[in-house]
Amino acid sequence: MAAKSTLLNMVVCLSAVCLACSAVLAVANAVTLEPIAQAQVAKTNASIAQVLPEFSGDAVKGSIEYAGVNYDYYKAEGAGYAIVSNVTGFSGTLSVMVGVDLNGNVHNTAVLAQSETPGLGAKCTEEGFAAQFRGWDPAVKVLAVKKDGGDVDAITASTITSRAYTLAIANALAVVKEITANEGGSDNE
Amino acid sequence: MREDQTMSKFSLITKGLVKENPVFVLVLGMCPTLATTTSAMNGLMMGLATTFVLILSNIVISLIAPRVPDKVRIPVYIVVIATFVTVLQLLMQAYLPSVYETLGLFIPLIVVNCIVLGRAEAFANKNTMGDSALDGIGIGLGFTLALTVIGLVREILGSGSIFGLKFIEGDGILAFVMAPGAFIALGYLMVLFNKFVAKK
Repeated sequence: MAAKSTLLNMVVCLSAVCLACSAVLAVANAVTLEPIAQAQVAKTNASIAQVLPEFSGDAVKGSIEYAGVNYDYYKAEGAGYAIVSNVTGFSGTLSVMVGVDLNGNVHNTAVLAQSETPGLGAKCTEEGFAAQFRGWDPAVKVLAVKKDGGDVDAITASTITSRAYTLAIANALAVVKEITANEGGSDNE
Repeated sequence: MREDQTMSKFSLITKGLVKENPVFVLVLGMCPTLATTTSAMNGLMMGLATTFVLILSNIVISLIAPRVPDKVRIPVYIVVIATFVTVLQLLMQAYLPSVYETLGLFIPLIVVNCIVLGRAEAFANKNTMGDSALDGIGIGLGFTLALTVIGLVREILGSGSIFGLKFIEGDGILAFVMAPGAFIALGYLMVLFNKFVAKK
């Protein structure tokens, strides 16, 4: 059975256990640090490859402030831009990577992180919803859900998620305009 | 728990599956049960993650229990459990990133899963290491079984698929994917389980 409690052995026991656990965690952290970083890089690269047309070389990471918000983006030479666009979904942040080609059209989109309702809003990660944005030309089709007078087919019973996703794409398109405008400016210098 | 001494090693495992099934009979750990069983795969993964923590924490706690002063035993157990959960979290992030993404939020919550602390208090701190490991396996598999079954039922009714394979066009009964469906599925499964399986 358990030992008798005295102040000394309680302090000693707790300290010893915490020390041992910290050591275990330090080792676990050291061992997994590299694979976790690799997994994240692999995921980002896979997403970039998914949302942009084929390109050679590595995408260059950058970030830009637009309308008071910082956007991370990846520039792929000859292919376009992949913008990481964060919006507020139905529950928490919805993070979408939007690939914009050189003509300013949406090439493809990929969800990086979401915590929408499983079976409802979480369907934004599925082909049935995401496919419609492939090759989306903002000059021809209106980026808004049909309920709001646009051309986007919303997910059944998940208008809020659909609106958020649409907003993420619209923001990304605006950011790309901002980037190209800035770059045009710097080229002239 | 005196009858544990006469129990065979095998029944230490089977009692967790049926007679003391943590979800259907003991009704412990309801938070992850209701929240993560939106699909059979999620339920299975959550069950296995909890089993991993349960086995390791049972082993360590059974080893250190005789030396731990009575008044600080709960904080000590929690620190041990939290350590294993964090290790599990790091391992999943590194080697199973896609699973980690689906379950992410609920992995840290294994720390406060009352099954883990409950087994430490009720079993591991007064039994040998071997028995505690077997108890961890049994209870863990019982939890996994329950979560997978609930997930399966909710997935079939809610999304019309089994382990992600769709067998109907379109959507199922959406309510089963959401919180109310979790309660309904759990309630009926508990009735069926206790009527036909546990009472034999």
